[in-house]
Amino acid sequence: MSLILHSKKDTLIVRVLGDLDLVSADEIREKIDNSLEETRAQNLLLDLSKITFMDSSGLGVILGRYRQIKEGRGQMIIYGIKPSLKKILEISGIMSLMPVCNTEKEAWELLDEKSVKEA
Amino acid sequence: MDKIVNNKIKLEFLSKGENVALARITVAAFVSQLEITLSELEEIKVAVSEAVSNAILHGYQNKPDEIVTIKGILKGYTLVLEIIDQGVGILDIEKAMEPAYSTDPERTGLGFVFMQSFMDEVKVESQVNHGTKVVLVKKISTDLKNTAVS
Ligand SMILES: Nc1ncnc2c1ncn2[C@@H]1O[C@H](COP(=O)(O)OP(=O)(O)O)[C@@H](O)[C@H]1O
Ligand SMILES: [Mg+2]
Repeated sequence: MSLILHSKKDTLIVRVLGDLDLVSADEIREKIDNSLEETRAQNLLLDLSKITFMDSSGLGVILGRYRQIKEGRGQMIIYGIKPSLKKILEISGIMSLMPVCNTEKEAWELLDEKSVKEA
Repeated sequence: MDKIVNNKIKLEFLSKGENVALARITVAAFVSQLEITLSELEEIKVAVSEAVSNAILHGYQNKPDEIVTIKGILKGYTLVLEIIDQGVGILDIEKAMEPAYSTDPERTGLGFVFMQSFMDEVKVESQVNHGTKVVLVKKISTDLKNTAVS
């Protein structure tokens, strides 16, 4: 597993590559949290398109970050859901909890829309 | 031509996180003797990952030098898996299997939910201080060929 993190304005963009399971969950949680703190980003865009496997330990990371972002009154959007991840995301209820987009571009558009609405 | 698959495996490994991937990949290779759809293979991998993660994380409380055993039987189109640990055991199995129930506040409690959603049968036998055995059964669909059975 590896992570690509970068920030743009007040948004952190995270791409996860590889397996998101018991072993990688702790590492991902720590890296995202550190990065959120460093960049003081309020919003989180999570790219799932390069994930090769995910189970409930991985969902725990997503749900935990969601709670945190909501507490800071930010927006979290996930995008790039492969068919193999769809079922577990649906069962977990995540799909109805946070916005799901197809691409990063769509995620940015949605983010802009939301911040306009809230302004 | 249909070949009749009749096979068994037994896998023993240390209770290290790295071995969760090894376990799900090994089981996936084992069932791939059948012509199986990618989505069924993914479902089996998730179920195995959940059961093995639980054995390591809950059963052995992350102690890395204990043994997790997986027994797999493939008979025709039926896969039977047993995931066994000699860890702390489960006091209230019914409660443990409730959706969103977890003894760890950091976790989702979705492990058994996924096992039950993705397998046809999930049985749990457990004894406090002796360990836990999770039995997972899945009938592999024959859709790929001719849909004669169920
Ligand atoms: N092999 C095991 N040994 C001991 N306790 C277990 C085992 N498997 C599951 N449990 C208990 O069942 C609960 C629910 O498991 P699960 O649905 O996988 O959720 P989670 O792993 O997120 O806690 C766990 O929190 C744990 O208390
Ligand atoms: Mg679990």
